Formats: sequence, C-alpha cells, structure tokens
Amino acid sequence: MNTLKKIWNFYYEGIRSMTLGKTLWALVLIKLFIMFVILRIFFFKPALADYETEEQKSEAVIEQLTK
Amino acid sequence: MNSDSLILLSRLQFALTAMYHWLFVPLTLGLGFIIAFMETKYYRTGDEFWKKMTKFWMKLFAINFAVGIATGIILEFQFGTNWSNYSWFVGDIFGAPLAIEGIFAFFMESTFFAVMYFGWEKVSKKAHLVSTWLTAIGTNLSAVWILIANSWMQYPQGMAFNPETARNEMVNFWDVVFSPVALNKILHTVTNAYVLASIVVIGVSAWFLLKHREQLLARKSIKVAGIFGVISLLLLVFSGDGSAYNVAKVQPMKLAAMEGLYDGEKGASLVAIGILNPEKEICEDPAVAEDPYLFKIAFPKALSFLATREMDGFVPGINDIIRGGYEFTDRDGNTYIEPSFEEKKAQGTLAVNALKDFQTAKAAGDEAGMAAAREVLEANFDYFGYHYIEEAEDLVPNVPVTFYAFHLMVAIGLFFFLTFGLFLWFERKDQLEGKRWLLYLGILSVPLAYICTECGWIVAEVGRQPWTIQNLLPVNASVSGVGAGNVLTTFILFAVLFTTMLVVELRIMFKQINKGA
Repeated sequence: MNTLKKIWNFYYEGIRSMTLGKTLWALVLIKLFIMFVILRIFFFKPALADYETEEQKSEAVIEQLTK
Repeated sequence: MNSDSLILLSRLQFALTAMYHWLFVPLTLGLGFIIAFMETKYYRTGDEFWKKMTKFWMKLFAINFAVGIATGIILEFQFGTNWSNYSWFVGDIFGAPLAIEGIFAFFMESTFFAVMYFGWEKVSKKAHLVSTWLTAIGTNLSAVWILIANSWMQYPQGMAFNPETARNEMVNFWDVVFSPVALNKILHTVTNAYVLASIVVIGVSAWFLLKHREQLLARKSIKVAGIFGVISLLLLVFSGDGSAYNVAKVQPMKLAAMEGLYDGEKGASLVAIGILNPEKEICEDPAVAEDPYLFKIAFPKALSFLATREMDGFVPGINDIIRGGYEFTDRDGNTYIEPSFEEKKAQGTLAVNALKDFQTAKAAGDEAGMAAAREVLEANFDYFGYHYIEEAEDLVPNVPVTFYAFHLMVAIGLFFFLTFGLFLWFERKDQLEGKRWLLYLGILSVPLAYICTECGWIVAEVGRQPWTIQNLLPVNASVSGVGAGNVLTTFILFAVLFTTMLVVELRIMFKQINKGA
C-alpha cells in the first residue's frame, strides 16, 4: 500500500509541477479525442464490421478475391 | 469516382499519414540516445552543466514525442477501413509484431518516460539514468516491431496461407523476425533516424552560435551529435549497401526503377547523377528505343557489384523482369530461369481459381476436391497476386519518383559526411563561432535531413508498387469496397489536422529553443 501511495504521489506531484508539460498533455488529449472519438467513430468504421462472425468475414474477402 | 480513384485516394491518404508520422519518429529515436549520452556524462562527471544540457534536449524530445504520439494509430484505422482485404489477408502475421509494439510503447516507454521527466529530484541519479536509457531503448524497440511488419510485406516469410479463411498464418515467428530484409531494414532505418537527430542537434546548436547564445551548450552538443552522427552515418551506408543487395534479390523491379534501368546488363553501372528521359517507355522495339537518360554520370560496374557482389553480374532491367527468361539467383541461393509476366500471371490465376475451387469443394463436403485444390494453390501461391495485374506495365512502379527519391536520398546522405566532418573539425579547432557559413549550413541541413528520410520511405514504398505484399497481393485487390468520396473526405480532414498539428509543434518547439537552457 505504501508503494502504491509512493507511485501515486510521484505521478501526482510530477503532473502538478509541470509547466510546458501541461500544454503538451492538452495537445495529446485533444489529438486523442479527435482520433478516437471523432475519426474512429464517424469516419473509420472497419469495412468488415457489418459481418458478425469470422467465417462471414472470410467469406466476404474470399468473394472479393475470387470474383 | 471509379475504382482507380479509390485506389489512388486510399494510397494518397496512407502516404500522407505515414509521411506525417515519420516526421516525428526519427527525431524521437535518435534524440533519446543523444540525451542518454549526455546524462551518462553528467552521471560520470557530476558536472551540472551536462545535466542542464540533458534537460534542454529532453524538453525538445518531449515536445516531439507528444505531437508525434499516436499519429501512427491512424494507419491502423486505415488498414481496417480502406484496406480491409489486405488487412484480413495478413492479419495473423501483423498481430504479433503490432501487439508487442503496443506493449513496448505503452508499458516501457510511458513508465520510464515519466521517471525521466518527473524523477530528477525523486529517484537516485543512477535510477534516473537507467530510466533515460530505457526510454531510448523502448522507443527504438517499438520501431523495430513496426519495421519487422513492414519487412514482411516486402519479403513475406514464415507463414502459410489458409484457404479456409483466406488468411496467412504465422508458422515460424523467428523467420518473420529474423528475415534478412527485416534485419537490414531495422539497421538502415534506425541509423537514419540517428543521423537525422544528430543533424537537428547540430542545426539548433548552430542557431545558438549564430545568435551568440548558449555557446558552451551548443559546442558540447555539436561534439556529441557530430560523433554520434558520423558513427550512425557509417552504419547507414553499410546497411544501405545491404538494403540494395536485398532489393536486388527480393524486389528486382524496385531496384530497376531506382536506377532507371530498362534493359539489364552484365557489368551494369550505378548512376551517380542523372536526368531521366520522359519519352522512355517499357518494352520498346530495340531498333527505335529511346535512351533512358537525357544525362547521366555513372560508376562503371558498381550496380552489378551492389546487386550481385560480382563486377560482371547480370542486373535485370524493367523489360527483362517483364519478359523473363534470364538466369536469376534468389536470396536463398537458388538459381532458376525467371518466368515472364504472362507465366506468373497464369500461375496466379491457377492459384486464385484453386482458392475458388477449394471453397466450392468445401461447401459440397468434398474432401478429395479440397485436397486437390489446396495442392494446386500451394504449388502456385508464390505468384498469387499476379492474377490481379491486368497489364505488364501495371507491374512497373513510378520510375521518376523512385529514381529521383533514391538519388536525392543518397546525395543528401553523402553530403552529411561533409556536414559532420566540418562541424567536428572546427569544433576541435575551437573556430566554430567564426564560421558563419558553416553555421548556416548546419541550419540548412535540418530540412535536408527530413527530405532525406522521407525520400527513403518513398523509395521503399513507391518502389514496391503495385504490391502491398510482394507478389501476393497488389493494391487493387487490397482495397476495400468503400466510396471514394468517403476516402476523399477523410483525406482532407487529415491534411487539415496534420497541418494544424505540425504548425502547433513547430511553434512550441521554436519557442522552447528560443528560451534556451
């Protein structure tokens, strides 16, 4: 428990004392939000996502490859 | 928009994302080690100045890391959306390297990265130094796994195709990891990253010297980066030679495009500087064939030596590879007569039809039919992808792009010997401040280093067209059946997003450099 507390304090104090780091973290979070929430959900739906099983996916690809 | 537009846009989008991603990765890979060297000096001497230097460069490392982080994930989004056939076809092979990369990236880098930044006053000097080294090693190990995955596409090994699922399955992990193409690509790519990082350190230091600021930091940084850069550049040249040899063995069409070589020859010369003839076409009538070059200066027999390790070895040109019929020794030392495009296409069609027959037999519960189809498929699988190549000319990558990117890359790389040499020489003589022309040269070298590294990837990726997986799957069979309009929309979104992020990074980076140590 003591070790966990030490690790927590290490990160907590480190993040609190950041200056440039806060700007960089803001940048990272905005970027991750755009990538995973906007782009991934609205623009990057996997093309095989409509098929439920692995077998259906392989059938779809085989059909594409052998047509 | 037709399927050609879809393929072109999907490729452009992937190229944009990959090239943008690669703006950040090499600096992270190289600067990590430069910082580690500086901190090691601090650890050994106890000189606070080395700590100050380490902290300054660490700040630039953090900015670059933060902006570049996760930009590669978009490539994985694109695999699933724009390249679903490809993604399915190779899925099992990529799974292991990418999963290992994810583990390294997440656990190793982020754990030690935090200690490196937060731990100066909280952990011992030794523990901090170890964390800095492990962060540098972790970032490099992440890159290694991605490069292994890329190498597999250039030289597929260690797998078996399963006709039941249409997926390649890994049968020998070590064949994938220790493929000769992978080992060489890893060395060539990471040493290129080290050279770039060294040039960036020299460029920023040169700017300080021009401004008469942070002079001691600048001189010491130039010394560290100069030595690291020269050693890396020597390894880069060594691995470049290995890369060319591998390309000659496993992707001869790429080598022919790199050199603008249309008709192969024994004792082939290596073009040092050249201008391609835009009128040149493939498989011309020899009686009226255009010269491939408007102008060239070449090293006699050097291409033959590079490709075959013999001064008079035969190097096939684009036309030879299409027509076949010449003796070829592959990477494993097997010598055979190279089949023509038509023969490979016929084998590819046999393989694809066998896959279809296998499915028909499977649906009918015909075990014997499945076994027979599998046998035909396995016998012809090496040329599976040729079925999808309609015309011989579709086998040829964009020759001007590949040729000029290759020669520009080599020219800039060799120019860096001069850059490193001059900076180390004048640093040793303690005359750097008076050599303003050299300091400007150092700053100019920074964009050149980025152009050089991007050219390397252009050669690797444009040069292997039309293949996403060499000989097994071309781009037209890899692409998903999505609307080209959708791809265009996301392409524009990326262009805007990436440009914004690049501007933000450069502003933060310049501001921090301007602040000094």
